[in-house]
Amino acid sequence: MANINDDNKTNSQSMKRSIISNGMILGLFALVSTGLIVVTHLLTKDKIAKEIELSLVRQLTQIVASENYNNEVYQDCIIVNDHDLLGSKDDQKVYRMRNNGSNFGLMITTVAPDGYSGKINIALAISNEGNILGANILSHQETPGLGDKIERSKSDWVNQFNGLSLKQLDKKKWQVKKDGGQFDGLTGATITPRAVVKAVYKTLQFVELRNKELFSQTSNCSLPKDSVSESSVSKDSISESSVSKGSRSGNSNNGN
Amino acid sequence: METSLNNTTIFKNGLWDNNTALVQLLGLCPLLAVTGSMINGLGLGIATTFVLVGSNITVSLIRKHIPKEIRIPIFVMLIASFVTNVQLLMNAFTYELYLVLGIFIPLIVTNCAIIGRAEAFASKNKLLPSFVDGLGQGIGFTLVLMLLGGFREFVGQGTILDGAHLLFGEWARDLTIHFYITEQKFLLAVLPPGAFIGLGLLIAFKNKISH
Repeated sequence: MANINDDNKTNSQSMKRSIISNGMILGLFALVSTGLIVVTHLLTKDKIAKEIELSLVRQLTQIVASENYNNEVYQDCIIVNDHDLLGSKDDQKVYRMRNNGSNFGLMITTVAPDGYSGKINIALAISNEGNILGANILSHQETPGLGDKIERSKSDWVNQFNGLSLKQLDKKKWQVKKDGGQFDGLTGATITPRAVVKAVYKTLQFVELRNKELFSQTSNCSLPKDSVSESSVSKDSISESSVSKGSRSGNSNNGN
Repeated sequence: METSLNNTTIFKNGLWDNNTALVQLLGLCPLLAVTGSMINGLGLGIATTFVLVGSNITVSLIRKHIPKEIRIPIFVMLIASFVTNVQLLMNAFTYELYLVLGIFIPLIVTNCAIIGRAEAFASKNKLLPSFVDGLGQGIGFTLVLMLLGGFREFVGQGTILDGAHLLFGEWARDLTIHFYITEQKFLLAVLPPGAFIGLGLLIAFKNKISH
């Protein structure tokens, strides 16, 4: 009897010891690997935020020729928020383009909340008079081969907005042809173009409503000084190559 | 227990005899998801090879200090932290490349091929063979991804190497080869079912050659 008890005791003791030591090692590894991520995150956090911001500005500057304005657009920016007209609860950005102090136009980010598979992020450049200067799809998850033709790199569908304004086009005409409007649809994708047209229309409304205020409000979301000098140097060289790259980021996620 | 294979055999195993995708059938989730085009395949392949080599080296280095009972959770943590760090660093320092490859990086975590190699090879072998194994398996996986991507791209939209500029820069735009022009893509090949069918054909083809 006494013998068996002893055996059990040593067994459970060595078991306990191995559980504790394994647990400690596991904990140590968890600490080290999490610690590494924390360190990398802290080291790269600011740089990443800056890169994202810069790439957004690049996207925005691509759709308007840079001769048209001569202010530092990067530093002339405000944050707006309108769930109803801009399609998202999140803050959107408005960059102001000015030429020798006179207002030339706005570049605004907006969201089509009702894409075929989720939100479609759009950048829209609108002149001071309310004409669309250009539109760019920033990111989306629409079906490859069908809905993704809204991307500038895949087709020129998005160019049909150029030059239009609320005055030129009746409310009823701001729809795809299928619904009686004037915009081309995309074969095999009905919902995607519908969502984009609607978002563009609403954004125009937003800008018309708040035009003065959008231009006059004090800039409050500009990039830090040091990154601006960097970006203005590279502004021209990147403008071409990054067209499709940015818009691509969302698209290939399909099928996961 | 150290396996005594020479490095050439290890490398060849990864490329052909014990190919990740065609023989071990590992890493199918990312494989099926991104092989819509050859360039996408190449992108995921490069990212996977990088992580595979890195995790093999790390696991091989610490293999003697890990108790047997808890090796799997430790591998999981190592790989996850490795992938996350690579993603953060790429995002910060090679932003343009990250926009292209970035979406593939999180997919690597779901790739059981990585932990498979850590467990089956790196945890039992010295540094150099582990490195060679990672490289061989990675390149073998990349080749299958490119083949499958190329096949789907060819059948689906009549091109090969479409989007090469996303990976190599503007000059590569001319690399794209157009075989035929279609208004409407062949969706069966473009969407995920095409990946299953294509992979099935590839495996059948490989078995035919091997036997």
